[in-house]
Amino acid sequence: MNYAIEAHGLTKKFGDLTAVNRVNLEIGNGEIFGLLGPNGAGKTTLIHMLSTILPPTSGMAKVAGSDIHKDPDSVRKAIGIVFQEPSLDNRLTGKENLDFHGRMYGMTKEQRDERIKKVLEIVGLSNRANVLIQNYSGGMKRRLEMARGLMHHPRILFLDEPTLGLDPQTRRVIWDHIRLLNEVEKVTIILTTHYIEEADYLCNRVAIIDRGKIVALDKPNALKNKLKGDVVSINISNPEKYLDIFRKNRLVKKAKVVDGTLHLQVSSGEQSIPKLLDLAKEHGGQVHTVSLSRPTLEDVFIYYTGRAIREEAAPDHARMGRIAMAHGMR
Amino acid sequence: MTAGQVIYTLWLREMKWLVRAKSRLVASVVQPFLWLAIIGVGMSSTFGAIPGTNITFLQFMTSGVIGMTLLFSSTMAGVSVLWDKQFGFMKEILVAPVSRTQIMLGKVLGGMTTSILQGLLLLVAAAAVGIRPSGIVELLQVLVFMVLISASFVSIGLAFASRMEDPIAFPIVMNFLIMPLFFLSGGMYVTSTAPGWLSFLSRLDPLTYGVDGIRTAVLGTSQLSQFSIWLDFAVLGVFTVAMILLGSYLFKKIKA
Repeated sequence: MNYAIEAHGLTKKFGDLTAVNRVNLEIGNGEIFGLLGPNGAGKTTLIHMLSTILPPTSGMAKVAGSDIHKDPDSVRKAIGIVFQEPSLDNRLTGKENLDFHGRMYGMTKEQRDERIKKVLEIVGLSNRANVLIQNYSGGMKRRLEMARGLMHHPRILFLDEPTLGLDPQTRRVIWDHIRLLNEVEKVTIILTTHYIEEADYLCNRVAIIDRGKIVALDKPNALKNKLKGDVVSINISNPEKYLDIFRKNRLVKKAKVVDGTLHLQVSSGEQSIPKLLDLAKEHGGQVHTVSLSRPTLEDVFIYYTGRAIREEAAPDHARMGRIAMAHGMR
Repeated sequence: MTAGQVIYTLWLREMKWLVRAKSRLVASVVQPFLWLAIIGVGMSSTFGAIPGTNITFLQFMTSGVIGMTLLFSSTMAGVSVLWDKQFGFMKEILVAPVSRTQIMLGKVLGGMTTSILQGLLLLVAAAAVGIRPSGIVELLQVLVFMVLISASFVSIGLAFASRMEDPIAFPIVMNFLIMPLFFLSGGMYVTSTAPGWLSFLSRLDPLTYGVDGIRTAVLGTSQLSQFSIWLDFAVLGVFTVAMILLGSYLFKKIKA
């Protein structure tokens, strides 16, 4: 089978820090593929290696059929990329930014004019073509960057945190545009995100990446089904003490303490809750709150990493990774 | 895609900025005019002609002011690279399937155009007060030296910019380079009658050869020239090639 992306043992080290650790990936043509992980997990580094911006420390990858070591120019021609940080020229208009891009990719005047019209239509910015970027809103800039990424008919489009820092409403709009361009342009999309809903809503397949490693990879639903059942979260004083007690109970498939709350995996939440509360009471436990949740990608994430995916919860090493990456880019 | 297209694309972008940043354009043209109109006229009326010649100080320093303007605006052109880094646009440029040398040459051409335009405006102003090259050959000579000065110093600016991050610090750092180069170039005084050490240092300054060449061409006489116009051309030409090579070498390692 022909893959859009094939990576074997891809590794990037910044000094002592391993930002990406022996990653294997096979991404099919036409997929919307998500890399889900906290900040500093190595998502951006992985994307930068695949788009030939950063050379890997070891490992190989083929992107759109070309080797990233041997033929970086062919890779660059076949991909579009929307960076995490803004990368538009504020002093040019939307149209001029797209025109610059088209010229850099060797498009003729006719090709550029036709394509600019088309991509602006896809992202809904046709009426803003001649406005300077400095007068665009954050969401409009993002959409224009996507349009720019599409200008030269890439086979693969990388989106690095496409909705970072945007309000929920704008985020929806961007999501719909991402789906649209995947359908209309038949372009393979690889996006990184630390928003669970984003990965769930958009992606055909999701790889959960943590500390530079892919810890799970499947369709969002398949990942959720792996958890087999519901999660009962019990906020209880001294949760560690009850961990063992619950683990011995036959209703409970798996038990973990995350941020001071007991997470219990059970097959049917409604039926288990009364019994679990009785059990807590028997052992003198003081239960503050109980909640029931159907499995979400967030639970999947917790299941595989033992941590919640929250920006402030990013561990120290992850933050260091971010700094190291910043240095790597400079 | 051809190298020419890439270079043209980058040049075109710089031209769009230039046309849009009208205040910058006006300010950079007005300043050298003030030098000519106030310092030049004032010094001429105080000291009269340069001793042993019939050349006024204003005539003498015109080539110096042209050289100064080219030097300043050329080296400072490198700041565009730092703004590109600051605004993230450098990533867009660097991820395109084009060579870094082409990108660098596009930037060089953009910076050259801006500073040569300023030089030409000065030349027009000087012509208005009667200081003009005597013929078409002399005018072409002036243009050749303008091209060489701007190409070499834009390259130096880009070389520095490729290693730096902070667009605010850039002009401060470049001033350390620009000031001595200008002071030693003999733009404002006759180096042949200066003390030996000063005359020696002046010979090490590449801008000296540029100012000297322009002076010979503009005045139409070698009375106050230090070297023959061919020597000026040869030294500056070699220097220009060297700086373009240095600039593209450092630019190859640029990081977004």
